[in-house]
Amino acid sequence: MDLQTLSVESANIARREGAWQRVRRNLSVRIGGVALAFLVLVAIAAPLLGTVDPSLFDAGSRDLRPGQGGEIMTLDGELLKHKFVMGSDSFGRDIYSRVIYGARVSLLVGICTALLALAFGIVFGLCSGYLRWLDGPLMRVMDGLMAIPAILLAIVLVAMWRASILTVVLAIAITEIPRVTRLVRSLVLSIREEPYVEAAISLGTPTWKIMFGHILPNCVAPLLVQGTYICAAAILVEAILSFLGVGLPPDIPTWGNIMAEGRVQFMAYPHNLFFPGVFLAVAVLAVNILGDGLRDTLDPKMAKRV
Amino acid sequence: MYPFIGRRLLSTIPVLLVVAVLVFLMLRLTPGDPAAILAGDAASTEQIAAIRASLGLDRSILVQFGIWASNLLQGDFGSSYFYKMKVSQLIGQRLEPTLALATLTILIAVLVSVPLGVIAAWRFGGWFDRALMGFSVMGFSVPVFVLAYLLIWVLSLKLGWFPVQGYKRLADGFWPFLHHLILPAITLSVIYIALIARVTRAAVLEALGEDYIRTARAKGLPEARVLVRHALANAAVPIATVIGIGIALLIGGVVVTESVYAIPGLGRLTVDAVLARDFPTIQAVILLFSFAYVLINLLVDLSYVVFDPRIRY
Repeated sequence: MDLQTLSVESANIARREGAWQRVRRNLSVRIGGVALAFLVLVAIAAPLLGTVDPSLFDAGSRDLRPGQGGEIMTLDGELLKHKFVMGSDSFGRDIYSRVIYGARVSLLVGICTALLALAFGIVFGLCSGYLRWLDGPLMRVMDGLMAIPAILLAIVLVAMWRASILTVVLAIAITEIPRVTRLVRSLVLSIREEPYVEAAISLGTPTWKIMFGHILPNCVAPLLVQGTYICAAAILVEAILSFLGVGLPPDIPTWGNIMAEGRVQFMAYPHNLFFPGVFLAVAVLAVNILGDGLRDTLDPKMAKRV
Repeated sequence: MYPFIGRRLLSTIPVLLVVAVLVFLMLRLTPGDPAAILAGDAASTEQIAAIRASLGLDRSILVQFGIWASNLLQGDFGSSYFYKMKVSQLIGQRLEPTLALATLTILIAVLVSVPLGVIAAWRFGGWFDRALMGFSVMGFSVPVFVLAYLLIWVLSLKLGWFPVQGYKRLADGFWPFLHHLILPAITLSVIYIALIARVTRAAVLEALGEDYIRTARAKGLPEARVLVRHALANAAVPIATVIGIGIALLIGGVVVTESVYAIPGLGRLTVDAVLARDFPTIQAVILLFSFAYVLINLLVDLSYVVFDPRIRY
């Protein structure tokens, strides 16, 4: 046996697989990811999927059952033959088109809220965990925000502003920022004691560079997991706000709005509630499953806890 | 113990103070004039200004906050702009349905989820365990109002077991009261069951790996006793914790559930007050909900002493 076989190079046969490979092999990630990708595709390709403009209505095709045919007037005054796959609402609008276009709003709100809450949570959490003089006051404000039940806070914020996608995103993000801040802060508190941070400090690295260059990259995995959960929660809360009548204006097709309009005639025409409800549940489920998969593969410590 | 309770009660004051200031600022610094809404569409500018003055909204924010806070400290929540009565009286009227709904929900949730979690941990990896975990993810994902309409559709309209909507006061008799409340409580408890069952399973699973479980089994204790007296008893602290945390979910769910089932409780009041820009009512309700949340979590902290004699305050 020559020395070559014992060399370090030959030891990489049993190389540990990277996090990315573990993520891709995880069943939950695959199921959730595929379902989510499908929804995103549907949202992007909404005009190509046999839909009409979701705001179109026709008095002649009111309250149609799913699958019935009817006519719908376009904005140019042209009468189109249209098959109402999911029926129509009490204005004669096509539920199918509204549900498909509703996916755009829901996913947009979910993703934007997650990004916004993460961005603010990261900054606040890094500051709170690393700059100790800021910790006390900042965390007291966060404690106060956390003590207000999230949906109540979102309802008040949205109702006070003029409801638009921006304000809905902002309101839901504000309810999530304290949780992200707490998460980042707790990560920073343990990471700041690591030798490589001490080494960076001793080399005279500027504080902001330590915070964003050395500490933040080590928080990525838990933040990614948290981000997916925020996305799921935001889709839910947006639907709840719309459903309660304090969310986006009724002319914007969202799953919550379609259901809010459908609830009046719920007994006679349950399909107005059924189809958007199913889409909403599937979307939230997909994001949650994806989050569970990411948690199991990226964040084993957290996976053990729940 | 008593000094600890005192300290914890004192420590809730700054949190509630922050809540009060935040809610107050939120309401005053955003557009949306309650006076304009109260006056209606046809009102002139002078009329709106007069209403604004009568509500005290024409003063500076600092003065408004000072008046509100000093009244609050004397136990006065102010008067509702919209309902023309004391906010405390208004809340008193709406308290019973919400309290009843929340209590019944917690009762159902704990009674269902804890046994489910224990069985899942006991049969870890088996079909029951996997089914429960699947249900748990579903429970988190299906929105309360979707579930509510599904249950109304099946249990009320098709099977006719429950009334579709509405609320009966306890004074109208216990059975009608319960009959109207069961379906909303079941609806609301699903997400809570998902949450508690998950944590129960994880906590019991951890306890089952301990040496004392092996000892208990080795000395021939019946399996049920091992599970309840040894495993579950040692898993009680995280379970109590998650019940406390879940109160926030519950409060959010109450708002939606009351709206779907037409229950005249605090949740409905909140939505109505927000839509009417009824500042004193919004402030009082949010403060009340936050106080309940903080207080329940204090009680949870104290319950640790019962569940785990090693914990002393």
